[in-house]
Amino acid sequence: MSYYFAIIGTQDNPLFEYEFGTSKQGGDGMARFTEQARQLNQFIIHSSLDIVEEVQWTNGQMYLKLVDRFFTSYISCFLTASNIKFLLLHQPPSSSSSSALPHPSSSASTSTPSLVSSSQSSTSVIPSLSTLTGGSNSSTSTLTGGTSRTSTSIAANPTSPQTEEAIRNFFAEVYENYVKAIMSPFYRTNMEIRSPVFRARVAAAGRKYL
Amino acid sequence: MSNHLPAGAGNGGGGGRAGDSGLRYPSNGKTIYHRPLNRTKTAELSKAAFAYLFAEMVSYAQRRVTGIQELEKRLNLQGHPIGLKLLDLLLFREPPRTQLRPLNIIALLHFIKINVWTHLFGRQADRLEKSSNPDTPDEFMIIDNEPLVNAYISVPKEMSQLNCAAFAAGIIEGVCDGAGFPARVTAHTVGDTGGGGSNNGSGGGTGADGGRGEGGEMWPGRTVFLVKFQPEVLEREALIGAKS
Repeated sequence: MSYYFAIIGTQDNPLFEYEFGTSKQGGDGMARFTEQARQLNQFIIHSSLDIVEEVQWTNGQMYLKLVDRFFTSYISCFLTASNIKFLLLHQPPSSSSSSALPHPSSSASTSTPSLVSSSQSSTSVIPSLSTLTGGSNSSTSTLTGGTSRTSTSIAANPTSPQTEEAIRNFFAEVYENYVKAIMSPFYRTNMEIRSPVFRARVAAAGRKYL
Repeated sequence: MSNHLPAGAGNGGGGGRAGDSGLRYPSNGKTIYHRPLNRTKTAELSKAAFAYLFAEMVSYAQRRVTGIQELEKRLNLQGHPIGLKLLDLLLFREPPRTQLRPLNIIALLHFIKINVWTHLFGRQADRLEKSSNPDTPDEFMIIDNEPLVNAYISVPKEMSQLNCAAFAAGIIEGVCDGAGFPARVTAHTVGDTGGGGSNNGSGGGTGADGGRGEGGEMWPGRTVFLVKFQPEVLEREALIGAKS
């Protein structure tokens, strides 16, 4: 799962952007966009601004949930009162082989608690859990275990309520830090946010929730 | 904006760059991000300190101005950014269930009358009125009997048209603009002269007769904040009203 987060000002100008990957299920927090996709992401985000403008007057909530979709890229939006858009593009892993690669490396120690937690929802995980802890030579079964595991995670289900809630929490935390940023007397609307502390805070929120 | 994005904007990590960009942290290590946004109920500012600062702001704005209109405009401009920021701050402080962006004029004016006024002046505005003139449906009035900003301002006789509450008008204008309701807000004294602000020259002065001079003796400093929305705001308002 890869994420591209952008803050767009009132003149449709970018104020901040940040790329990251999931940190859940043993993810390393790195975005897995290809070079081409990285450039495309900015276009996708900007094209979804039209839809945001349509939705924003029908609903007074700040969190507008999922607003747009472009092939496998889903765009969630959060709109502050002063018309600043927080847009999060999230892309579920395109093919299972490339996405499951980071899992076996950290399978032995770190991912066991997450397996236990997800086994409550799907019983099919339990046999693969035993093979996973059994040995490293059963790499094919760990891969299938990985994919069935992500079916309940936020990564594979961009439209599920859990994902929606996780993104809501992420946006809420970014919003708090954004309001703090604009409280600076030297900040004017539509100025780029360059604070490294702000960037670190966004990264922390991404690690915490997504 | 994109032409001055930092080079590593995409994947740059944390505060590692802080050192070479020459950014300096406060000695206690606490930046603006470490401070809470909510304030305690008792945390109020000294009125004397505000009065002193505001008097300086007025005299600063008065330098090299050619007329009262320009002076009011400068005061308005000083207040504008405050309004823009207040909008986000006050909505953030609302409990999550009522954290709603104002979608129509009434909701916005209520937000100003209650939340903004309570935050700034410790009480609500006294009245909210819509222009009774059918030719100007875009004009609304927020009425304050005794604006706090004017408490220690004595306007000389030859500048009787001046109302330093133009600063507060600027704050209101900032809130309106920020929320997506572009408007022009002007402050008019209606207490003693009864519509004395009508020659403001903004074209919206006619609405100031809403005060009707009533209670002029009781509230000599009564100020009407005339909010004149841009035509596109009313157009959108009609569209949204028709849909819902």
